[in-house]
Amino acid sequence: MDFQVYPGEIFVIMGGSGCGKSTLLKHVIGIETPAEGKIWINGTDTALLDDSELRRLHMGIGMLFQSSALFGSMTIGENVALPLTEFTALPMKDINSIVRMKLGMVELAGYDNHYPAELSGGMKKRAGIARAMALEPAMLFLDEPSAGLDPVTSAELDLLIRKLNEGTGTTMVIVTHELETIFNISHRIIMLDRDAKGIIAEGDPRVLRTSSQDSRVTDFFNRRVTKKKHEGMTT
Amino acid sequence: MPDTTKHSIETADDGVVKLSLSGRMDLERFGELTPLISTIFDSYTPSRLNVDMAGIDYIDSSGALFIVKLEDEARARSVAFALSGLSREKMGILSLIDREALAKPSLAPRERRLNLIEQLGNASIIAVKDMYDIVSFGGELIYEIGHSATHLRKVRWGDVVTYMKKVGVDGLPIVGLISFLLGLIMAFMSSLQLKQFGANVYVASLVAVAMVRELGPIMTAIIVAGRSGSAFAAEIGTMRVNEEVDALATMGFSPMRFLSIPKVIASLVTVPVLTIFASIFAIMGGLIVGVAGLNLTIFTYIQQTMKAISIFDIVSGLVKSFVFAAAISAVGCQRGFKVRGGAESVGNATTSAVVTSIFLIIVIDSTFAIILHYIH
Repeated sequence: MDFQVYPGEIFVIMGGSGCGKSTLLKHVIGIETPAEGKIWINGTDTALLDDSELRRLHMGIGMLFQSSALFGSMTIGENVALPLTEFTALPMKDINSIVRMKLGMVELAGYDNHYPAELSGGMKKRAGIARAMALEPAMLFLDEPSAGLDPVTSAELDLLIRKLNEGTGTTMVIVTHELETIFNISHRIIMLDRDAKGIIAEGDPRVLRTSSQDSRVTDFFNRRVTKKKHEGMTT
Repeated sequence: MPDTTKHSIETADDGVVKLSLSGRMDLERFGELTPLISTIFDSYTPSRLNVDMAGIDYIDSSGALFIVKLEDEARARSVAFALSGLSREKMGILSLIDREALAKPSLAPRERRLNLIEQLGNASIIAVKDMYDIVSFGGELIYEIGHSATHLRKVRWGDVVTYMKKVGVDGLPIVGLISFLLGLIMAFMSSLQLKQFGANVYVASLVAVAMVRELGPIMTAIIVAGRSGSAFAAEIGTMRVNEEVDALATMGFSPMRFLSIPKVIASLVTVPVLTIFASIFAIMGGLIVGVAGLNLTIFTYIQQTMKAISIFDIVSGLVKSFVFAAAISAVGCQRGFKVRGGAESVGNATTSAVVTSIFLIIVIDSTFAIILHYIH
């Protein structure tokens, strides 16, 4: 598969369950190493970088994990402050200001002394975004941001992602199969398919929904059960 | 693109100060920018502050935070503030900063540090509650064991065999090695003293009696607590975190019967067997010292060993190890069921399972020492 993500856009990697969306994301952010092929970030072939160069490159990338992956033994404030204390020489006073600002940006002002276990699913996701954006990354990756959230909370999160993208200009790569999220916030999408083992559609989802010639794409956008999937079912 | 944020300050006679900024205003430069706030207001005492940002190439939220802080300081000192030169595109970042959030107090203030008496009181309450939990869990476990004894077909024998392998077969190499070395050390250290009295042969008696009656059961129990008690707590704890325990309950299973009974039965069977092996390996360790260092024959060493230990010693050691096994497996399961929250809680449960098991092993051994003194 071959695709590009442009600066400042919200790019969605979509597809059915098991098509490899999250695996693709893990390869892009460097958690897994590709067996073949190349990944270029800001014009750099990641395969040519040594460990320390790769680490430096990844410091410019933020990641929101599906489960938020907040550290349970730390408060929300400490979670957001962690990358700042580790990777900058800022005094604690400035770090505290930035933490408050970041929590305010994700509408969690005042929750700095709460522990992740004390927050709802949507709040955890927002705290995860605040931590991911602590070092002002040029790119933010979000793995299934709406997973496990009710429709209202999910829509609120979509709005927040859109607001952050417009305000900061951060490039956002989102893995999701939530159609609401895709239509609400994405500028461009690629659609992966398990059987095709690659990309079957690329472009504006609003256009693809109505004008794609590929039935797999239109079926997905219109929530139609394909014949092949239906064959195995008994009535 | 310039690497630093450049600034220049111009003053006019009417107290108007113009701050011109250019270059990059980002997280890396935030530490350099913040001292500028006090410099401007303390050194120049402006009546009006005009900030010109026409030369700014890049601004992120940290840069925006600096501007917001500058404006807040101006407001606090009743200084007129004006911002100019920032493109509409770059102004977007300023709208993301929630001014109220910067000053909003924490909704959950940190708990105050308890004084010594409060800490003692807290620890006492926790200890009593913990003991209550263990006793009530023990009662429930005994009831479930009784239930399983009368419904043998409902016991998950496949799981019992799996845990017997994990606790017994997989634990044998480390139990054997430690016991062997223990026997070797005991024999060597005691031989240094006994040799002076020509009592070399009693090294065999010392190793045999010490291992069969005391050290064999205790050492085995401590190793099992570290290996298997902790594993039981971690396994059940992780299942709790993943809601697997709740799933069992909603499907109508008794989580205690489903998860604890196989572990307890496996431990009750394997720990006494491991204890026998521990004593045999320790005697073999002592035998090597006896033969190599004290000129005893293998036959003499074994004969002296057989003479020293009685059936009572063997049975009391095995009964002890049986009780140790019950305590270790019960505590491991109980700590696992107590897990609430996430990974940290699982870690705490694992540590607590090992510490509590070792404490109980010592308490049980002391109780046995008193009881056996009066029986024998």
